[in-house]
Amino acid sequence: MTDSPSRDLFPGALEMMILESLRRQPAHGYALVQHIQQRSKHLLQVEEGSLYPALQRLLKARLVKAEWGLSATNRRVRTYQITKAGLRHLEQQISSFERMFEGIALVLSPGRSPAS
Amino acid sequence: MNWIPNIFRRRRVFEDLSEELRLHIEERVEELMRNGLSRQEAERQARIAFGNVTVLEERSREVWQWPTLESIRADVRLALRQLRRSPGFTIAAVLTLALAIGANAVVFGVLNALILRPLDVPNAQSLFTIERGGYKEQSTSYPDYLDLRDRNRSFEALTAYILVPVGLDTGKNPSQAWGYEVAGNYFKAMDVQPFLGRFFNVADEHGPNSAPYLVLSWAYWHSHFQDDRAVVGRVVLLNQHPFTILGVAPPDFNGTLLFFFPDFWAPMVQQEQIQGIDVLSDRGKRDIFMVLGHLKPGVTQAQAIADLNSVGSYLEKSYPKDDAWMTYSLARPALAGDLLGPGVQGFMTGMMLLAGLILLAACANLGSLFSARAADRSREVALRLALGSTRRRILRALLTEAVLISLSGGLVGLLGSVAILRRLSVWHPIPQYPMHVPVYPDAKVYLVALLLALASGFLFGAVPVRQILRTHPWEVVKAGSAGIIAGHTARRITFRDVLLVVQIAICAVLVTSSLVALRGLERSVHSSFGFDPRNVMLADTDVSMSGYSGDGVPAVQRRMIDALGTIAGVKSAGFISQAPLGGGLSTEDVFTDQTTDLSPSKAAADAGVFSISPEYFRAAGTAFLTGNNFSWQSTKSAPPVAVVNSLFARRIFGSVSNAIGRYYKRENGTRVQVVGVVEDGKYYQLTEAPRPVMFLPLLQRPTNLTTLVVRSDRDPQQLATEMRSKLATLDSSLPFTIQTWADGLDIALFPSRVATVALGVLGAMGAMLSITGIFGMAAYSVSRRLRELGIRIALGAQHKEVLQAALGRAVRLLAIGSAAGLGLGILATRVLAFIVYQATPRDPLVLAAVVVAMALLGLVATWIPAQRALSVDPLILLREE
Repeated sequence: MTDSPSRDLFPGALEMMILESLRRQPAHGYALVQHIQQRSKHLLQVEEGSLYPALQRLLKARLVKAEWGLSATNRRVRTYQITKAGLRHLEQQISSFERMFEGIALVLSPGRSPAS
Repeated sequence: MNWIPNIFRRRRVFEDLSEELRLHIEERVEELMRNGLSRQEAERQARIAFGNVTVLEERSREVWQWPTLESIRADVRLALRQLRRSPGFTIAAVLTLALAIGANAVVFGVLNALILRPLDVPNAQSLFTIERGGYKEQSTSYPDYLDLRDRNRSFEALTAYILVPVGLDTGKNPSQAWGYEVAGNYFKAMDVQPFLGRFFNVADEHGPNSAPYLVLSWAYWHSHFQDDRAVVGRVVLLNQHPFTILGVAPPDFNGTLLFFFPDFWAPMVQQEQIQGIDVLSDRGKRDIFMVLGHLKPGVTQAQAIADLNSVGSYLEKSYPKDDAWMTYSLARPALAGDLLGPGVQGFMTGMMLLAGLILLAACANLGSLFSARAADRSREVALRLALGSTRRRILRALLTEAVLISLSGGLVGLLGSVAILRRLSVWHPIPQYPMHVPVYPDAKVYLVALLLALASGFLFGAVPVRQILRTHPWEVVKAGSAGIIAGHTARRITFRDVLLVVQIAICAVLVTSSLVALRGLERSVHSSFGFDPRNVMLADTDVSMSGYSGDGVPAVQRRMIDALGTIAGVKSAGFISQAPLGGGLSTEDVFTDQTTDLSPSKAAADAGVFSISPEYFRAAGTAFLTGNNFSWQSTKSAPPVAVVNSLFARRIFGSVSNAIGRYYKRENGTRVQVVGVVEDGKYYQLTEAPRPVMFLPLLQRPTNLTTLVVRSDRDPQQLATEMRSKLATLDSSLPFTIQTWADGLDIALFPSRVATVALGVLGAMGAMLSITGIFGMAAYSVSRRLRELGIRIALGAQHKEVLQAALGRAVRLLAIGSAAGLGLGILATRVLAFIVYQATPRDPLVLAAVVVAMALLGLVATWIPAQRALSVDPLILLREE
């Protein structure tokens, strides 16, 4: 897959956020969009055009599973749930993301660079 | 390996996805409605926010697909739908390509079989024939062969063979058969195993005439012995001598020449019985046709040549009288080394180039068709772009169409070419020789055809790419496709124009070369041969086939001439050892009378030599320039005399008039007096340079292998019957081949005939392609501009002006292309000159013919579009739209 989930995110970021949301609580597509928007205090706008392909990728990789059922508001929805493999994958991703974030923060933070 | 269950689950996955997306939008709508929007407005906003559902669905599906294969399948389905919608276009394109790919496959098939594929013997890669001296002669004498065989250290085993025609009497009719006289080690050296019985070997030979054994070819056994396995051990008469059949060769072993299939193999030590001459002990008689063998493993060609040369210098030193210029080179035996190899190779390379040009022309043709089609579909393309399709996707669809067409064209062409190659393989071009063109197609041919098809598909499929990339959906929808195209083409030279010019130029090259070849053939048939083949019958006889030898040979030959002379209508009948241009020529070194050292290096000329009876010149229609003929009085005991040709006289004596009464020396030291000089002629090949030739009295240089030359004013069929019965009364056991001299020239004319037919076919294909090309372009431009033409007519334009507007461009392109092609063709036909006798492009007739041909092609191709342009009814056109 050459097209990244979102132009504003790095590759894999959307998947990571989806998995994290699902770890807290199984949800359907619409709820996921809402959830990520709220948690990010509307800093992140998840487009459906990215969300659904990403969900399909996760389904295919068996990191999540989906089931038809009824939502809390009594709607027919397809609810996604994180699998064990998904959990493992998420932990790996988060730790490697944290290391990367740390690295980026070090490079970007002014004045503390020992080299100059 | 998730994808196997995925394929079956997929439909459900996709349905789930569609449903999920629908519900997502619904939920959004409801939320918006809760916020106070009307249902209509809410749906609108939800859809805008969601984006293109189809694209999203497609992208989500892609996750599950085995991407390339599946989307290719989808593309193919779409392309098939598109092509079905325009069957005329599809059929024309497929046929064009089928012709072009077919032509290439046939030419490559022949090239592959004759040049690329080695002989069908084990380890053919290390099999080489030995050539001697600067002229690359393969003929060797038997004693020299023995020395080479025993003294070299580079070959596994060096073997040798001679091609001989014989009379073979299997108990029924004696008939002519062709065979190899081979050295005892032949079958062992070639490493073939018998199909039946056994092969003879070195242990069977104990000196001359000690091994009267025969091995039959599988084909001869099949046709003459009806697969009778009891044939082993049978005795047959070969030139009236009993030979025992030892075995049958395997079906796929047809000797060591690619195109000359022997009927049998016999030991070379039997040469005296078979040919009536014994040359086994004569070092100067180079009668062996070819010496060949496998190089030892690890021995390079250069090492082998050095080794042979050291044997050669030993021979030169030991036998200075017979051996000179004993330097050697190696060549491939399949096409008789340098005898045919370079000619065939050059010709096939040229043909491959021309066939490539055909394919290129076809691609140019299809390219412009595709680009026209893309222009016609610009509205559709614009619409698809507007609906969210990517340009890449559209290009892929177009390319898929192109490749589909090229593959089906390739397939049809390949099927046709396989049929043609199979026909060629069983073809028997010259009845009196066991000649074959074994060009059965193999995997390489299929592969090349497939690759060519694919490559050409991408080539012409790529033509409309730029057009698609430039398409702006908005503009097209706004202006209508007609507006844009007209605006583009009217002003400047388009890529399509260039393609058309290229295509016409290529076609003109092909037309030029085929006309040059035709004209060359026509000239070679009517050129001066030094004899007049009209109204002459030839009868090949070999009296040794009936057991005559020694003094009996000339006696029976004279009786034949006398007998034939009594047939009503026969003007004259004479003998010649071998009819000129009959496929062979003996040559001999000759020396000036003053020369005392008769070693080959001191020779004044290498002259062709014929033995003739005195009546020959009259029967052949060869004119005397000066002097007189000899008579039957020139017997063995009479002083040696000769009639020479004009070049011989000039070469040895300085001039024709000088020659009469003067002497020269033959190889064996005989002083020969020249009594007459005849005109020069062609003796071996039509394309040969003039060569010196001497004609010696049959009685002074006897030969059993002769051709009767009979001039008459009778119908050939009747005459042949009478000749046969007349000769049968002399000796009923004597086999004959009787034919007209014109037919006898078949072998000499064979190469130029083949070249002419091949070039003719390619030329015709080129012509067809240029017709379709010009037609396509003209028809397209007329149909594009129908409205404009209608307006012109309405405004009072005359026929001439309408035609100029409609077709002026096509005609101009045709003229440019033809001129370029003619120039290129003239350059290209230089290649032809060495195959097609007297092929010269600087022949006003050829030039005129090319111009007329191209003009005619243009006329044919633009006829229908012109009619259409002229019949435009402005009212009907203006009423439309």
